[in-house]
Amino acid sequence: MIHPDTNAPEVIGDTHPEVARAPAPPIVSPVISVTKLVKRFGLKTVLRGVNFKVDAGEFVALLGPNGAGKTTFLRILASLSRPAMGEVRVAGYRLPGQAAAVRRRLGVVSHLPLLYGDLTAEENLRFYGRMYGINAPRERVAEVLELVGLTPRRRDLVRTYSRGMQQRLAIGRAVLHDPEVMLFDEPHTGLDQDACVMLDSVMREVAARGRTVVMTSHDLSRAADLATRFDVLSRGVIVASVGRDEIEPDELLGFYRRSLKETGKGKSKTKEAKNES
Amino acid sequence: MKADSGVDLGEHLSPERAAPRRRSPLSAFLSAVGAIVWKDLAAELRSRELLSAMLVFAILVIFIFNFALELDAKTRSNVTAGILWVTFAFAGSLGLNRSMAIEKDRGCIDGLLLAPVDRSAIYFGKTIGNLIFMLIVVAIVIPIYSILYNINLFNPGLLLVIFLGSIGFVTVGTLLASMAVQTRTRDILLPILLFPVEIPVFIAAVKASMGFLQGLEMSEIMPWINLLIVYDVVFTAVAFMLFDYVVEE
Repeated sequence: MIHPDTNAPEVIGDTHPEVARAPAPPIVSPVISVTKLVKRFGLKTVLRGVNFKVDAGEFVALLGPNGAGKTTFLRILASLSRPAMGEVRVAGYRLPGQAAAVRRRLGVVSHLPLLYGDLTAEENLRFYGRMYGINAPRERVAEVLELVGLTPRRRDLVRTYSRGMQQRLAIGRAVLHDPEVMLFDEPHTGLDQDACVMLDSVMREVAARGRTVVMTSHDLSRAADLATRFDVLSRGVIVASVGRDEIEPDELLGFYRRSLKETGKGKSKTKEAKNES
Repeated sequence: MKADSGVDLGEHLSPERAAPRRRSPLSAFLSAVGAIVWKDLAAELRSRELLSAMLVFAILVIFIFNFALELDAKTRSNVTAGILWVTFAFAGSLGLNRSMAIEKDRGCIDGLLLAPVDRSAIYFGKTIGNLIFMLIVVAIVIPIYSILYNINLFNPGLLLVIFLGSIGFVTVGTLLASMAVQTRTRDILLPILLFPVEIPVFIAAVKASMGFLQGLEMSEIMPWINLLIVYDVVFTAVAFMLFDYVVEE
Protein backbone atom coordinates (compact mmCIF):
# COMPACT_ATOMS: atom_id res chain seq x y z
CA MET A 1 0.00 0.00 0.00
CA ILE A 2 1.37 3.35 -0.97
CA HIS A 3 1.02 6.22 1.44
CA PRO A 4 -1.00 8.99 -0.26
CA ASP A 5 1.26 11.76 1.02
CA THR A 6 4.44 10.27 -0.35
CA ASN A 7 2.82 9.93 -3.76
CA ALA A 8 0.98 13.20 -3.83
CA PRO A 9 1.37 14.92 -7.19
CA GLU A 10 3.64 17.90 -7.44
CA VAL A 11 1.56 21.09 -7.52
CA ILE A 12 2.86 23.51 -10.12
CA GLY A 13 0.27 26.24 -9.50
CA ASP A 14 0.27 28.76 -6.66
CA THR A 15 -2.19 27.05 -4.32
CA HIS A 16 -3.39 23.53 -3.78
CA PRO A 17 -7.05 23.13 -4.75
CA GLU A 18 -9.19 22.97 -1.64
CA VAL A 19 -12.63 22.47 -3.05
CA ALA A 20 -14.20 20.98 -6.13
CA ARG A 21 -15.65 24.37 -7.14
CA ALA A 22 -12.32 26.15 -7.31
CA PRO A 23 -12.53 28.41 -10.38
CA ALA A 24 -8.91 28.15 -11.51
CA PRO A 25 -7.43 24.84 -10.43
CA PRO A 26 -3.64 24.66 -10.47
CA ILE A 27 -1.91 22.32 -12.90
CA VAL A 28 -0.66 19.19 -11.12
CA SER A 29 1.90 16.83 -12.46
CA PRO A 30 1.35 14.01 -13.17
CA VAL A 31 -2.27 14.79 -13.98
CA ILE A 32 -3.14 11.09 -13.90
CA SER A 33 -1.33 8.78 -11.55
CA VAL A 34 -2.31 5.12 -11.19
CA THR A 35 -0.41 2.70 -8.98
CA LYS A 36 -0.92 -1.07 -8.76
CA LEU A 37 -4.54 -0.82 -9.88
CA VAL A 38 -6.56 -4.01 -9.64
CA LYS A 39 -10.18 -4.43 -10.76
CA ARG A 40 -12.26 -7.55 -10.40
CA PHE A 41 -15.74 -8.44 -11.62
CA GLY A 42 -16.74 -11.37 -9.42
CA LEU A 43 -14.04 -14.01 -9.84
CA LYS A 44 -12.66 -12.44 -13.02
CA THR A 45 -9.70 -10.10 -12.61
CA VAL A 46 -9.77 -7.54 -15.42
CA LEU A 47 -6.92 -5.25 -14.34
CA ARG A 48 -3.91 -6.87 -12.64
CA GLY A 49 -1.77 -4.13 -11.14
CA VAL A 50 -1.75 -1.31 -13.70
CA ASN A 51 0.83 1.46 -13.21
CA PHE A 52 0.18 4.51 -15.36
CA LYS A 53 1.21 8.17 -15.27
CA VAL A 54 0.26 11.00 -17.58
CA ASP A 55 1.83 14.45 -17.41
CA ALA A 56 -0.04 17.67 -18.11
CA GLY A 57 -0.63 18.25 -21.81
CA GLU A 58 0.22 14.68 -22.86
CA PHE A 59 -1.98 12.82 -25.36
CA VAL A 60 -1.79 9.12 -24.55
CA ALA A 61 -3.22 6.47 -26.84
CA LEU A 62 -4.07 3.34 -24.90
CA LEU A 63 -3.92 0.44 -27.32
CA GLY A 64 -4.85 -3.17 -26.80
CA PRO A 65 -6.92 -6.07 -28.08
CA ASN A 66 -10.58 -6.61 -27.20
CA GLY A 67 -10.98 -7.62 -23.57
CA ALA A 68 -7.64 -6.16 -22.52
CA GLY A 69 -9.39 -3.94 -19.95
CA LYS A 70 -9.11 -0.56 -21.73
CA THR A 71 -12.73 0.50 -21.17
CA THR A 72 -12.70 -0.74 -17.56
CA PHE A 73 -9.53 1.27 -16.96
CA LEU A 74 -11.05 4.42 -18.43
CA ARG A 75 -14.25 3.92 -16.42
CA ILE A 76 -12.17 3.82 -13.24
CA LEU A 77 -10.40 7.05 -14.24
CA ALA A 78 -13.83 8.57 -14.91
CA SER A 79 -15.04 7.53 -11.41
CA LEU A 80 -17.74 5.31 -12.94
CA SER A 81 -16.19 2.17 -11.52
CA ARG A 82 -14.49 1.47 -8.17
CA PRO A 83 -11.01 -0.04 -8.08
CA ALA A 84 -10.61 -3.21 -6.02
CA MET A 85 -7.03 -2.29 -5.03
CA GLY A 86 -4.41 0.32 -5.83
CA GLU A 87 -4.28 4.08 -5.90
CA VAL A 88 -5.81 6.32 -8.55
CA ARG A 89 -5.33 10.09 -8.66
CA VAL A 90 -6.71 12.43 -11.29
CA ALA A 91 -5.85 16.15 -11.30
CA GLY A 92 -4.43 15.70 -7.82
CA TYR A 93 -7.59 14.16 -6.35
CA ARG A 94 -7.85 10.60 -5.08
CA LEU A 95 -10.46 8.18 -6.42
CA PRO A 96 -13.01 7.11 -5.34
CA GLY A 97 -12.80 9.33 -2.22
CA GLN A 98 -12.74 12.70 -4.03
CA ALA A 99 -14.79 11.64 -7.04
CA ALA A 100 -16.88 14.83 -7.27
CA ALA A 101 -13.74 16.99 -7.54
CA VAL A 102 -12.35 14.65 -10.22
CA ARG A 103 -15.60 14.72 -12.20
CA ARG A 104 -15.52 18.52 -12.25
CA ARG A 105 -12.20 18.30 -14.12
CA LEU A 106 -13.03 15.46 -16.49
CA GLY A 107 -14.62 15.32 -19.92
CA VAL A 108 -15.59 11.89 -21.22
CA VAL A 109 -16.45 10.84 -24.75
CA SER A 110 -17.32 7.21 -25.39
CA HIS A 111 -18.77 5.37 -28.37
CA LEU A 112 -22.21 6.06 -26.84
CA PRO A 113 -23.24 9.73 -27.06
CA LEU A 114 -24.65 10.04 -23.49
CA LEU A 115 -27.33 12.33 -24.93
CA TYR A 116 -31.13 12.30 -24.75
CA GLY A 117 -32.74 11.58 -28.11
CA ASP A 118 -36.00 13.34 -27.20
CA LEU A 119 -34.30 16.63 -26.34
CA THR A 120 -32.78 19.08 -28.82
CA ALA A 121 -29.02 19.66 -28.97
CA GLU A 122 -29.49 22.96 -27.16
CA GLU A 123 -31.66 21.39 -24.45
CA ASN A 124 -29.17 18.55 -23.94
CA LEU A 125 -26.28 20.98 -23.43
CA ARG A 126 -28.35 23.27 -21.18
CA PHE A 127 -29.28 20.27 -19.08
CA TYR A 128 -25.64 19.25 -18.68
CA GLY A 129 -24.74 22.90 -18.09
CA ARG A 130 -27.10 22.93 -15.11
CA MET A 131 -25.69 19.63 -13.85
CA TYR A 132 -22.15 21.08 -13.97
CA GLY A 133 -23.31 24.42 -12.54
CA ILE A 134 -21.48 26.43 -15.20
CA ASN A 135 -21.32 30.21 -14.97
CA ALA A 136 -23.12 31.39 -18.09
CA PRO A 137 -24.96 28.37 -19.48
CA ARG A 138 -26.82 30.14 -22.30
CA GLU A 139 -23.71 31.78 -23.78
CA ARG A 140 -21.53 28.75 -23.17
CA VAL A 141 -24.01 26.40 -24.90
CA ALA A 142 -24.12 28.74 -27.90
CA GLU A 143 -20.34 28.81 -28.22
CA VAL A 144 -19.98 25.04 -27.80
CA LEU A 145 -22.64 24.44 -30.47
CA GLU A 146 -20.67 26.77 -32.71
CA LEU A 147 -17.51 24.85 -31.90
CA VAL A 148 -18.92 21.51 -32.99
CA GLY A 149 -20.67 23.03 -36.00
CA LEU A 150 -24.23 22.28 -34.90
CA THR A 151 -25.65 25.80 -34.50
CA PRO A 152 -27.94 25.51 -37.54
CA ARG A 153 -29.48 22.32 -36.12
CA ARG A 154 -29.49 23.29 -32.45
CA ARG A 155 -33.29 23.05 -32.19
CA ASP A 156 -33.56 19.60 -33.79
CA LEU A 157 -34.13 16.54 -31.66
CA VAL A 158 -30.94 14.57 -31.15
CA ARG A 159 -32.62 11.34 -32.32
CA THR A 160 -32.87 12.87 -35.81
CA TYR A 161 -29.07 13.39 -35.94
CA SER A 162 -26.67 11.15 -37.83
CA ARG A 163 -24.13 9.15 -35.81
CA GLY A 164 -21.41 11.64 -36.73
CA MET A 165 -23.47 14.62 -35.57
CA GLN A 166 -24.32 12.85 -32.32
CA GLN A 167 -20.63 12.23 -31.70
CA ARG A 168 -19.82 15.88 -32.38
CA LEU A 169 -22.49 16.91 -29.90
CA ALA A 170 -21.06 14.36 -27.45
CA ILE A 171 -17.73 16.17 -27.70
CA GLY A 172 -19.57 19.45 -27.11
CA ARG A 173 -21.11 17.93 -23.99
CA ALA A 174 -17.70 16.75 -22.81
CA VAL A 175 -15.97 20.15 -23.23
CA LEU A 176 -18.93 22.19 -21.95
CA HIS A 177 -17.36 22.71 -18.51
CA ASP A 178 -13.84 23.22 -19.95
CA PRO A 179 -12.26 20.16 -18.32
CA GLU A 180 -8.52 19.72 -17.73
CA VAL A 181 -8.54 16.04 -18.63
CA MET A 182 -10.32 14.41 -21.56
CA LEU A 183 -10.98 10.68 -21.78
CA PHE A 184 -11.96 9.25 -25.17
CA ASP A 185 -13.13 5.65 -25.20
CA GLU A 186 -12.96 4.38 -28.79
CA PRO A 187 -14.54 7.57 -30.05
CA HIS A 188 -14.28 6.64 -33.74
CA THR A 189 -16.54 3.58 -33.42
CA GLY A 190 -19.31 3.68 -36.02
CA LEU A 191 -18.24 6.99 -37.58
CA ASP A 192 -17.81 7.56 -41.31
CA GLN A 193 -14.61 9.02 -42.76
CA ASP A 194 -15.77 12.66 -42.68
CA ALA A 195 -16.99 12.39 -39.11
CA CYS A 196 -13.67 10.78 -38.09
CA VAL A 197 -11.74 13.69 -39.65
CA MET A 198 -13.94 16.19 -37.82
CA LEU A 199 -13.54 14.29 -34.57
CA ASP A 200 -9.75 14.12 -35.01
CA SER A 201 -9.53 17.85 -35.61
CA VAL A 202 -11.54 18.60 -32.48
CA MET A 203 -9.40 16.18 -30.45
CA ARG A 204 -6.23 17.75 -31.80
CA GLU A 205 -7.55 21.17 -30.84
CA VAL A 206 -8.47 20.03 -27.35
CA ALA A 207 -4.91 18.71 -26.91
CA ALA A 208 -3.41 21.87 -28.41
CA ARG A 209 -5.17 23.91 -25.74
CA GLY A 210 -3.04 22.15 -23.11
CA ARG A 211 -5.61 19.57 -22.09
CA THR A 212 -4.42 16.14 -21.02
CA VAL A 213 -5.96 13.42 -23.18
CA VAL A 214 -6.22 9.66 -22.81
CA MET A 215 -7.78 7.81 -25.73
CA THR A 216 -8.41 4.10 -26.15
CA SER A 217 -8.45 2.93 -29.74
CA HIS A 218 -8.12 -0.03 -32.07
CA ASP A 219 -7.21 2.28 -34.92
CA LEU A 220 -3.42 2.47 -34.85
CA SER A 221 -3.12 4.89 -37.75
CA ARG A 222 -5.39 7.43 -36.05
CA ALA A 223 -3.60 6.90 -32.75
CA ALA A 224 -0.24 7.45 -34.49
CA ASP A 225 -1.60 10.64 -35.98
CA LEU A 226 -2.94 12.10 -32.73
CA ALA A 227 -1.06 10.84 -29.69
CA THR A 228 2.25 11.85 -28.14
CA ARG A 229 2.63 8.54 -26.32
CA PHE A 230 1.45 4.99 -26.97
CA ASP A 231 0.78 2.50 -24.17
CA VAL A 232 -0.21 -1.10 -24.82
CA LEU A 233 -2.60 -2.73 -22.37
CA SER A 234 -2.81 -6.50 -22.57
CA ARG A 235 -4.38 -9.01 -20.17
CA GLY A 236 -4.95 -6.30 -17.58
CA VAL A 237 -1.43 -4.84 -17.44
CA ILE A 238 0.43 -2.18 -19.39
CA VAL A 239 3.06 -4.19 -21.24
CA ALA A 240 4.78 -1.47 -23.26
CA SER A 241 4.98 2.29 -23.56
CA VAL A 242 6.73 4.45 -26.14
CA GLY A 243 6.84 8.16 -26.88
CA ARG A 244 6.10 9.59 -30.31
CA ASP A 245 9.67 10.89 -30.58
CA GLU A 246 11.01 7.39 -30.02
CA ILE A 247 9.15 5.71 -32.85
CA GLU A 248 8.25 6.41 -36.47
CA PRO A 249 4.47 6.41 -37.15
CA ASP A 250 4.81 3.48 -39.60
CA GLU A 251 6.60 1.42 -36.93
CA LEU A 252 3.68 1.59 -34.50
CA LEU A 253 1.95 -1.54 -35.83
CA GLY A 254 5.17 -3.52 -35.46
CA PHE A 255 5.71 -2.16 -31.96
CA TYR A 256 2.12 -3.05 -31.01
CA ARG A 257 2.39 -6.61 -32.37
CA ARG A 258 5.75 -7.17 -30.73
CA SER A 259 4.41 -5.96 -27.38
CA LEU A 260 1.46 -8.35 -27.52
CA LYS A 261 3.61 -11.24 -28.74
CA GLU A 262 6.14 -10.74 -25.97
CA THR A 263 3.39 -10.79 -23.35
CA GLY A 264 2.04 -13.99 -24.87
CA LYS A 265 5.54 -15.53 -24.88
CA GLY A 266 6.10 -14.39 -21.33
CA LYS A 267 2.92 -16.16 -20.29
CA SER A 268 3.78 -19.39 -22.09
CA LYS A 269 7.32 -19.34 -20.68
CA THR A 270 5.89 -19.07 -17.19
CA LYS A 271 3.55 -21.98 -17.87
CA GLU A 272 6.42 -24.07 -19.26
CA ALA A 273 8.55 -23.28 -16.22
CA LYS A 274 5.69 -24.33 -13.93
CA ASN A 275 5.22 -27.60 -15.84
CA GLU A 276 8.93 -28.40 -15.68
CA SER A 277 9.05 -27.81 -11.95
CA MET B 1 -6.08 28.26 -33.73
CA LYS B 2 -7.75 26.86 -36.79
CA ALA B 3 -8.75 23.20 -36.90
CA ASP B 4 -8.84 21.07 -40.06
CA SER B 5 -12.60 21.27 -39.88
CA GLY B 6 -12.39 25.03 -40.22
CA VAL B 7 -13.57 25.55 -36.65
CA ASP B 8 -11.59 28.04 -34.63
CA LEU B 9 -11.68 26.75 -31.10
CA GLY B 10 -9.66 29.58 -29.64
CA GLU B 11 -12.29 32.00 -30.83
CA HIS B 12 -15.26 30.02 -29.59
CA LEU B 13 -14.19 28.73 -26.19
CA SER B 14 -14.18 31.07 -23.23
CA PRO B 15 -13.21 29.40 -19.94
CA GLU B 16 -14.91 32.13 -17.84
CA ARG B 17 -18.33 31.09 -19.12
CA ALA B 18 -17.57 27.43 -18.42
CA ALA B 19 -16.25 28.09 -14.92
CA PRO B 20 -18.40 26.73 -12.08
CA ARG B 21 -20.84 29.17 -10.54
CA ARG B 22 -20.22 29.90 -6.85
CA ARG B 23 -23.14 28.50 -4.90
CA SER B 24 -23.93 26.59 -1.75
CA PRO B 25 -23.95 22.77 -1.81
CA LEU B 26 -27.70 22.81 -1.13
CA SER B 27 -28.32 25.14 -4.05
CA ALA B 28 -26.17 22.93 -6.33
CA PHE B 29 -28.07 19.86 -5.11
CA LEU B 30 -31.51 21.41 -5.71
CA SER B 31 -30.43 22.74 -9.10
CA ALA B 32 -29.35 19.23 -10.17
CA VAL B 33 -32.61 17.71 -8.88
CA GLY B 34 -34.59 20.39 -10.77
CA ALA B 35 -32.56 19.83 -13.95
CA ILE B 36 -33.28 16.08 -13.92
CA VAL B 37 -37.00 16.57 -13.28
CA TRP B 38 -37.17 19.17 -16.08
CA LYS B 39 -35.26 16.86 -18.43
CA ASP B 40 -37.59 13.90 -17.72
CA LEU B 41 -40.73 16.00 -18.19
CA ALA B 42 -39.45 17.69 -21.37
CA ALA B 43 -38.40 14.37 -22.93
CA GLU B 44 -41.72 12.76 -22.00
CA LEU B 45 -43.68 15.69 -23.40
CA ARG B 46 -42.02 14.98 -26.76
CA SER B 47 -42.12 11.19 -26.87
CA ARG B 48 -45.17 10.40 -24.67
CA GLU B 49 -43.83 6.83 -24.55
CA LEU B 50 -43.87 6.36 -20.82
CA LEU B 51 -47.19 7.99 -19.94
CA SER B 52 -49.08 6.47 -22.85
CA ALA B 53 -47.86 2.96 -21.96
CA MET B 54 -48.78 3.43 -18.29
CA LEU B 55 -52.17 4.92 -19.09
CA VAL B 56 -53.24 2.37 -21.68
CA PHE B 57 -52.18 -0.45 -19.38
CA ALA B 58 -53.99 1.05 -16.35
CA ILE B 59 -57.21 1.64 -18.27
CA LEU B 60 -57.12 -1.88 -19.74
CA VAL B 61 -56.73 -3.37 -16.28
CA ILE B 62 -59.76 -1.56 -14.85
CA PHE B 63 -61.81 -2.46 -17.94
CA ILE B 64 -60.87 -6.13 -17.63
CA PHE B 65 -61.74 -6.19 -13.92
CA ASN B 66 -65.03 -4.43 -14.65
CA PHE B 67 -66.17 -6.97 -17.24
CA ALA B 68 -64.60 -10.05 -15.67
CA LEU B 69 -65.99 -9.66 -12.16
CA GLU B 70 -69.51 -8.25 -12.82
CA LEU B 71 -69.80 -6.99 -9.25
CA ASP B 72 -72.89 -5.90 -7.34
CA ALA B 73 -72.84 -2.53 -5.57
CA LYS B 74 -71.77 -3.85 -2.13
CA THR B 75 -68.97 -6.08 -3.37
CA ARG B 76 -67.80 -3.30 -5.64
CA SER B 77 -67.02 -1.00 -2.72
CA ASN B 78 -65.16 -3.86 -1.00
CA VAL B 79 -62.88 -4.67 -3.91
CA THR B 80 -62.34 -1.16 -5.27
CA ALA B 81 -59.23 -0.50 -3.17
CA GLY B 82 -57.66 -3.77 -4.26
CA ILE B 83 -58.38 -3.21 -7.97
CA LEU B 84 -57.06 0.35 -7.77
CA TRP B 85 -53.77 -0.65 -6.17
CA VAL B 86 -53.24 -3.61 -8.49
CA THR B 87 -53.72 -1.18 -11.39
CA PHE B 88 -51.34 1.41 -9.95
CA ALA B 89 -48.70 -1.19 -9.08
CA PHE B 90 -48.55 -2.79 -12.53
CA ALA B 91 -48.79 0.48 -14.44
CA GLY B 92 -46.19 1.98 -12.09
CA SER B 93 -43.69 -0.84 -12.62
CA LEU B 94 -44.06 -0.35 -16.39
CA GLY B 95 -43.25 3.34 -15.96
CA LEU B 96 -40.27 2.71 -13.67
CA ASN B 97 -38.75 0.26 -16.13
CA ARG B 98 -39.16 2.66 -19.04
CA SER B 99 -37.87 5.64 -17.07
CA MET B 100 -34.56 3.90 -16.31
CA ALA B 101 -34.33 2.26 -19.75
CA ILE B 102 -34.27 5.77 -21.28
CA GLU B 103 -31.19 6.52 -19.16
CA LYS B 104 -29.50 3.28 -20.19
CA ASP B 105 -30.25 3.39 -23.92
CA ARG B 106 -27.66 5.93 -25.05
CA GLY B 107 -25.45 5.64 -22.01
CA CYS B 108 -27.17 8.67 -20.46
CA ILE B 109 -26.89 7.19 -16.98
CA ASP B 110 -23.11 7.55 -17.33
CA GLY B 111 -23.62 11.16 -18.39
CA LEU B 112 -25.56 11.77 -15.17
CA LEU B 113 -23.02 9.91 -13.03
CA LEU B 114 -20.17 11.97 -14.52
CA ALA B 115 -21.72 15.22 -13.29
CA PRO B 116 -19.96 16.70 -10.23
CA VAL B 117 -23.06 16.55 -8.04
CA ASP B 118 -23.99 14.38 -5.10
CA ARG B 119 -25.37 11.20 -6.64
CA SER B 120 -28.38 11.30 -4.36
CA ALA B 121 -29.45 14.36 -6.42
CA ILE B 122 -29.78 12.00 -9.40
CA TYR B 123 -31.86 9.62 -7.30
CA PHE B 124 -34.18 12.37 -6.04
CA GLY B 125 -34.51 13.88 -9.51
CA LYS B 126 -35.50 10.54 -11.02
CA THR B 127 -37.83 9.75 -8.07
CA ILE B 128 -39.66 13.08 -8.33
CA GLY B 129 -40.01 12.63 -12.10
CA ASN B 130 -41.40 9.11 -11.64
CA LEU B 131 -43.78 10.33 -8.92
CA ILE B 132 -45.13 13.03 -11.23
CA PHE B 133 -45.79 10.44 -13.97
CA MET B 134 -47.45 8.13 -11.46
CA LEU B 135 -49.71 10.94 -10.16
CA ILE B 136 -50.68 11.95 -13.71
CA VAL B 137 -51.79 8.36 -14.34
CA VAL B 138 -53.69 8.35 -11.02
CA ALA B 139 -55.39 11.64 -11.93
CA ILE B 140 -56.67 10.15 -15.19
CA VAL B 141 -57.53 6.67 -13.90
CA ILE B 142 -59.59 7.81 -10.90
CA PRO B 143 -62.35 9.63 -12.88
CA ILE B 144 -62.53 6.75 -15.38
CA TYR B 145 -62.80 4.25 -12.54
CA SER B 146 -65.47 6.35 -10.81
CA ILE B 147 -67.59 6.37 -13.97
CA LEU B 148 -67.11 2.68 -14.79
CA TYR B 149 -67.75 1.36 -11.28
CA ASN B 150 -70.20 4.09 -10.25
CA ILE B 151 -68.22 4.91 -7.08
CA ASN B 152 -67.17 8.35 -5.89
CA LEU B 153 -63.39 8.22 -5.41
CA PHE B 154 -62.93 11.96 -4.87
CA ASN B 155 -62.47 11.57 -1.14
CA PRO B 156 -59.65 13.73 0.33
CA GLY B 157 -58.62 10.91 2.68
CA LEU B 158 -58.41 8.42 -0.18
CA LEU B 159 -56.43 10.87 -2.30
CA LEU B 160 -53.98 11.32 0.60
CA VAL B 161 -53.55 7.54 0.85
CA ILE B 162 -52.94 7.31 -2.89
CA PHE B 163 -50.34 10.09 -2.63
CA LEU B 164 -48.51 8.44 0.29
CA GLY B 165 -48.70 5.00 -1.34
CA SER B 166 -47.35 6.40 -4.60
CA ILE B 167 -44.38 7.96 -2.76
CA GLY B 168 -43.58 4.61 -1.13
CA PHE B 169 -43.93 2.78 -4.44
CA VAL B 170 -41.75 5.21 -6.41
CA THR B 171 -39.10 5.63 -3.69
CA VAL B 172 -38.26 1.93 -3.61
CA GLY B 173 -39.11 1.43 -7.29
CA THR B 174 -36.60 4.01 -8.53
CA LEU B 175 -33.81 2.47 -6.46
CA LEU B 176 -34.59 -1.07 -7.62
CA ALA B 177 -35.07 0.05 -11.25
CA SER B 178 -31.56 1.57 -11.08
CA MET B 179 -30.29 -1.86 -10.05
CA ALA B 180 -32.37 -3.84 -12.54
CA VAL B 181 -31.43 -1.63 -15.49
CA GLN B 182 -27.81 -2.80 -15.23
CA THR B 183 -28.90 -6.36 -16.04
CA ARG B 184 -29.99 -7.96 -19.31
CA THR B 185 -33.24 -9.24 -17.77
CA ARG B 186 -34.30 -5.83 -16.46
CA ASP B 187 -37.95 -6.12 -17.66
CA ILE B 188 -38.48 -9.33 -15.72
CA LEU B 189 -36.21 -8.54 -12.82
CA LEU B 190 -37.84 -5.28 -11.66
CA PRO B 191 -41.28 -6.69 -10.70
CA ILE B 192 -39.61 -9.70 -9.06
CA LEU B 193 -37.47 -7.40 -6.90
CA LEU B 194 -40.07 -4.70 -6.42
CA PHE B 195 -43.32 -6.37 -5.41
CA PRO B 196 -42.02 -8.33 -2.38
CA VAL B 197 -40.41 -5.17 -0.96
CA GLU B 198 -43.59 -3.18 -1.61
CA ILE B 199 -45.89 -5.60 0.25
CA PRO B 200 -46.13 -3.32 3.35
CA VAL B 201 -47.10 -0.38 1.11
CA PHE B 202 -49.77 -2.39 -0.71
CA ILE B 203 -51.27 -3.81 2.48
CA ALA B 204 -51.32 -0.43 4.24
CA ALA B 205 -52.59 1.42 1.16
CA VAL B 206 -55.36 -1.10 0.43
CA LYS B 207 -56.52 -1.19 4.06
CA ALA B 208 -56.50 2.60 4.41
CA SER B 209 -58.23 3.09 1.04
CA MET B 210 -60.88 0.53 1.96
CA GLY B 211 -61.40 2.28 5.29
CA PHE B 212 -62.14 5.59 3.58
CA LEU B 213 -64.38 3.99 0.95
CA GLN B 214 -66.41 2.14 3.61
CA GLY B 215 -66.58 5.20 5.88
CA LEU B 216 -64.73 3.65 8.84
CA GLU B 217 -63.63 5.68 11.87
CA MET B 218 -60.31 7.59 11.54
CA SER B 219 -58.96 5.67 14.54
CA GLU B 220 -59.21 2.46 12.49
CA ILE B 221 -57.56 4.00 9.44
CA MET B 222 -54.76 5.95 11.13
CA PRO B 223 -52.46 2.97 11.90
CA TRP B 224 -52.34 2.18 8.18
CA ILE B 225 -51.61 5.81 7.26
CA ASN B 226 -48.88 5.90 9.92
CA LEU B 227 -47.39 2.72 8.46
CA LEU B 228 -47.33 4.37 5.01
CA ILE B 229 -45.61 7.47 6.39
CA VAL B 230 -43.00 5.41 8.26
CA TYR B 231 -42.36 3.28 5.17
CA ASP B 232 -41.93 6.40 3.00
CA VAL B 233 -39.47 8.00 5.44
CA VAL B 234 -37.44 4.84 6.10
CA PHE B 235 -37.11 3.81 2.47
CA THR B 236 -36.31 7.35 1.30
CA ALA B 237 -33.43 7.36 3.79
CA VAL B 238 -32.32 3.84 2.75
CA ALA B 239 -32.42 4.72 -0.96
CA PHE B 240 -30.53 7.98 -0.27
CA MET B 241 -27.72 5.99 1.35
CA LEU B 242 -27.64 3.09 -1.11
CA PHE B 243 -28.03 4.78 -4.50
CA ASP B 244 -24.32 5.57 -4.91
CA TYR B 245 -23.41 1.89 -4.38
CA VAL B 246 -26.22 0.65 -6.61
CA VAL B 247 -25.18 2.66 -9.67
CA GLU B 248 -21.41 2.31 -9.38
CA GLU B 249 -19.65 -0.78 -10.75
